[in-house]
Amino acid sequence: MIAASPSQPRPATRLRLPFRTWLALWTLVWLACLVALFSGLQFAFGPVHVHTITLDVGFMRGWWLFISAGVIITLELSVISIACASVIAFLSALARISRVAPLNSFAGLYISLIRGTPLFLQFYFIYQGLAQFHIILSSFISAAAALSLNYGAYMSEVFRAGIQAVSRGQTEAASALGMTPWQTMYRIVLPQALRIVTPDIGNQFIAMQKDTALASAIALEELTGRARQAGLPRNNFFEALVIAAAWYWLLTIVFSYFQGRLEHSMAQGDR
Amino acid sequence: MRPTVVAISNLHKSFGRVVVLSGLNFQVEQNEVVCIIGRSGSGKSTLLRCINFLEEPDAGEITVAGITLPAGERTREHGRALIELRKRVGMVFQTFNLFPHKTVLENLIEAPIVVRKQSRPRAIEMAEVLLAKVGLSDKRDVYPSTLSGGQAQRVAIARALAMEPQVMLFDEPTSALDPELTGEVLTVMRDLAREGMTMLVVTHELGFAREVADRVVFMDGGSFIEEGPPHECLVNPKDPRTRQFLERFISHAH
Repeated sequence: MIAASPSQPRPATRLRLPFRTWLALWTLVWLACLVALFSGLQFAFGPVHVHTITLDVGFMRGWWLFISAGVIITLELSVISIACASVIAFLSALARISRVAPLNSFAGLYISLIRGTPLFLQFYFIYQGLAQFHIILSSFISAAAALSLNYGAYMSEVFRAGIQAVSRGQTEAASALGMTPWQTMYRIVLPQALRIVTPDIGNQFIAMQKDTALASAIALEELTGRARQAGLPRNNFFEALVIAAAWYWLLTIVFSYFQGRLEHSMAQGDR
Repeated sequence: MRPTVVAISNLHKSFGRVVVLSGLNFQVEQNEVVCIIGRSGSGKSTLLRCINFLEEPDAGEITVAGITLPAGERTREHGRALIELRKRVGMVFQTFNLFPHKTVLENLIEAPIVVRKQSRPRAIEMAEVLLAKVGLSDKRDVYPSTLSGGQAQRVAIARALAMEPQVMLFDEPTSALDPELTGEVLTVMRDLAREGMTMLVVTHELGFAREVADRVVFMDGGSFIEEGPPHECLVNPKDPRTRQFLERFISHAH
C-alpha cells in the first residue's frame, strides 16, 4: 500500500468535463423531465402525490397525420410571405433613404401605420374587413398579404440600417470614380448591405413561421387551424396542440441550424 | 505657359454657421505638384473635396480639364457634366475606402468598366500594369481585408490611376498609417510626381512637401495665408501663423 503524501492534491471528486458537455447533459435531463411531465405516470414523494399529464394516445395516433398535413401550408405561407416581405422591405428602405419627398413620406407612413397596429388586427382587416366592401380574398391570400405587409414594415428598418451601416467612404469612393448614384447603390452599397442584413432576414423568417399560426383565426387550415379542428370538438385540444407545437419547434430548430451554416459560409467569403 | 488643369474661382463653403472656405481663388497647372498644409480644421480637406463635388460648394465655380461646373445646380446636364469632371479627377482618401467585397483586381477594373465602358480584357491589362507599378502584382486576387494599410493605400492609388485622370487629389494619404508604412506610399507618390502627374496633396508630411512639391500652400481659417516654392514657404515663412504652425509641427515631430 502506498501512503498518500500530504503534498499530493486530493483526487477530484467532481467529474472534470468541459462546460459544453455539462450543458448537453443537463439539456437531456430537462428534456427527460419534459417528457416525464406528459408521461401519465403517478408517484408519491412521501405525502405528496404527483399526477403527470395523461395524453390520449389513441387520439394522437388517429389524428397526427391530419394535423401534420398543416405543416405544408404553414411552410408555403411563410416562404411566400418572407419573399414578398423582403421585396416590400427593400423598396420601402430605398424610399426611406431617398430624397424624393412623396416616396419617403409614403414609406414612413406605411411603416408607422403597420407597426402601430396589431398583426392580428391586420389579419382581420384584410380577410373580413375588406369583405364588407365585397373584396373577397381567400384566407391564404389574406394571410400572405397581412404577413408580407407587416414583416415588410419591420424588415424595412432592418434593410435601412444595413444600407446605412455601409460606410460613407464607400459611397464617396464610388462617386469620386465617376459612378452614378444608382451604380453606387447597386454595385457597391447593396452587396455589402445584403451581407449585413442576411442574419436578420433569417431571424425574421423563423419568427414568421410562428406568426403564421394567427392565420388559423381566419379559417386557414395550417398547423394551428388543423389542431383546433381536430382537437376542439373531441375534447382533445391539448393533445392536438402538443402535436402542432412539436412541429413548430422542429421547424425552428432546423432553420436555425441552416441559418448558422449560412452565416458561417458568408463570413468566410470576407477573407 | 503650361495649361491650367484645375481652376477654382470664388469658392465659398459653410457647414451650418461655420464658414470653412471664404472666396478662394486657386489654379493648378499641368504637371504641377501642390502641397496644401495647415492646421486641422483650416479647410484643406474641404477645398480638395469641393474640387470633385464630394462636398457641394455654396458658391463659386470649378474648372477641371476644360469642364466648368458652377456651384448649386441640380439639372440633368449638370449631373452628366459632374460625371465627366469626376472621370478626370482621381482621389485618394485618408481611409483608403477600397471596396471590401471585391478583390484587388476587381477594385481596379470596376470603374473603368462601369464608368468608362472599357472592355474587361483591356481593363484587366491596364490594372495589371498599375499593380506592377505600385509593387503589388502578387496581391491581384486577394480581398482588401488581408492587406496592410500601406498596401491598401497603394491599391487605392492604383484604382484612381486606372481611370487615367488628369489630376490626382490626395487627402492626407498617410495620416491613417503606422509610421513605418508611410514610406512605401510616399515612394509611389514621388514616382507619380516624377512622371509628370498633376497632383494636389493635403498632407502633414513636410519632408515630402519640401522634396516633391513645386508649390506649397499654407491654409488657415479657410483662406490661403501664404504660398510659394517649398524652400521659401517652409524654410523662411513670412506670415507669423505659418511660422507658428511650422515651429509647433517641428517640435512635435522631434
